[in-house]
Amino acid sequence: MRNFGYVRAATVPDAQESVGGQPDARFLAGGTTMVDLMKCGVETPSTLVDITRLPGLDGIEVGPDGVRLGSLARMSDVANDPRIGREFPVLSESLWRGASEQLRNMATIGGNLMQRTRCSYFREPASFPACNKRDPGSGCSALEGINRGHAVLGTSPSCIATYPGDFAVALVAFDATVVVQNGGRRAFTADDFFLLPGDTPHIEHPIGPADLILAVEVPVSAALRRSHYLKVRDRESYEFAAASAAVGLEMEDDGTTVRDVRIALGGIATTPWRARAVEAALIGRTLDEATVRAACAQVTEGAVDHGMNSFKIALAPRVAARALLTVGGIV
Amino acid sequence: MATPANVTTDVRTTTVRLTVNGDELPLEIEPRVTLLDALREYGHLYGAKKGCDQGQCGACTVHVDGRRVLACLTLAAQVEGQEVTTIEGLAADGEMHPVQDAFVRHDAFQCGYCTPGQIMSAVACIAEGHATTDADVREYMSGNLCRCGAYSNIRAAVRDVAAGTGQGTTS
Repeated sequence: MRNFGYVRAATVPDAQESVGGQPDARFLAGGTTMVDLMKCGVETPSTLVDITRLPGLDGIEVGPDGVRLGSLARMSDVANDPRIGREFPVLSESLWRGASEQLRNMATIGGNLMQRTRCSYFREPASFPACNKRDPGSGCSALEGINRGHAVLGTSPSCIATYPGDFAVALVAFDATVVVQNGGRRAFTADDFFLLPGDTPHIEHPIGPADLILAVEVPVSAALRRSHYLKVRDRESYEFAAASAAVGLEMEDDGTTVRDVRIALGGIATTPWRARAVEAALIGRTLDEATVRAACAQVTEGAVDHGMNSFKIALAPRVAARALLTVGGIV
Repeated sequence: MATPANVTTDVRTTTVRLTVNGDELPLEIEPRVTLLDALREYGHLYGAKKGCDQGQCGACTVHVDGRRVLACLTLAAQVEGQEVTTIEGLAADGEMHPVQDAFVRHDAFQCGYCTPGQIMSAVACIAEGHATTDADVREYMSGNLCRCGAYSNIRAAVRDVAAGTGQGTTS
C-alpha cells in the first residue's frame, strides 16, 4: 500500500477537523475494511485519523425502549453481550455469523455498516480498471464477468455489486437509526443509510468522509424480541452470505395470527433489502407453511440475473421462508 | 496514468513504541507498516505468519490486550500502549503452554504454517468460553484456515484444554 500520514484523534471535533482539513483524509477505526482495501489499492487516503481512542463511543446500552450501540463498540462485544443475545437474538446472530472472532474483535459497529463490496473486480484495480464504483464512468467488469456472488436486486447498468454485510440487514429489518455527527447531529433511518447504485455507485452512504457515526439505535419491539438471522452460504462459517434473512415475529393473542412481522434480506442485493411486500402479505394472516412460502415468493420481485447468479432468485425466497418458519416455531 | 498502488515517494515515518511479550520495541516506521510486518521484520519474531496478508486466513493471529486479532490488518501505529502477545510470548522459555502441549499430543499440525495462528486463536477461544462443544469450536475457530486439513485434531486439542478448564468434556 502507499504510505500516508497517521494521526490519533483525542476528541470528536479534533477527528472531524483532521479529516475535514485535508484532502483525502479518512477515519480509521478497526481497520478491517480500510487497511484491506488500502492493500488492494482501492482506498488511497493521504492521511488516516485513528478514532479508536475517542472516549465514550463504545457503549452498549439496553433500555426499555431501545438499544443504543456506540459506533466504536466492537462487533464481538455486542455479539457476546448476554443482554443482546438473550433479548434481541437477531442483533447478536447477525454479528457473530459474520467474519471471524479475530475480525469481530477489531471491527466496530460503525465501521461494519461502512464495509464495502467483495466484488473481485472492485477489489483488484491493477487487473480490472473498469469499475464504476471505484472510477465513475470506467465501466463494470462484473456485468460480463464472473458474477455468481453479485446482486439480483437493486442493480443498475452501472453496478451489480452486492452489499455483503449481515448486521445492516437486521438494522434495516427493525427500523434502526444511524446517528451521525455532521455539523449538528443527524439521524438517518437504516434504510436511508444505504444508497442504491443508480448512476452513482461510488456513493454508498448519505455521509461524507468527515461525518462521524456516533451510534446505532434500535427501537425495541415485540418482533425484535422474537427474532432470528439465517445465513446460507457455501461454507458453514467464515463466508459471506449467498442469501440471508433477518426476521422477527409478533403473534396475536390467539397464537396463530400474525400481528407484526419483519423481514430483510442480505447477500442478494446492492443494499440490505427490506421485504415490505412480504410483511404486508403476512400481517393478519394465519402463520403456516403454505402462507409463508406464498408470501416469500414476492421477495425476488423485480430480480434480474446476470448470467451466474440466477440461483439467488430461487434461493432467497426459500431462505426467507425458512427463517420465518424457524422463528414461528414451525420448522 | 495513476501511480501504481505500491509506488510511493512519501517516506514520512512515525514513532511507535510497541510492547511485545512484555518487552519494549521502539520503532521509527512508515505508518503503512502493519503489526505483522513490525513483529517479523523489526521485532524478529517470526512466529506470526503471513498467509494471505488480507485478513482471510488467520495465520497472523496475535493477542492485543488479551484479545485475538489479525496482525496483517492492524497498523503497528494503532497498538502503541497496548500489550501485544505473540506465540513466542505464550510461555516461559523452555516451557510449553497447555495449548501448545495439547497440539503436540493430538498431532494438531502437519506443515506447521498455520499453527502459531491456530494456537493463539485457540488460547483466546478457550478464554472466551467458546470451546465447550465441537460445534462451538468449529464456529469460533473458523477464522483459522489449515490447508493440511488438521482440523479434527486441532478441535480435539482445543476441546482437551477447554475440558481441563471446566468447559465441556473431551468427548
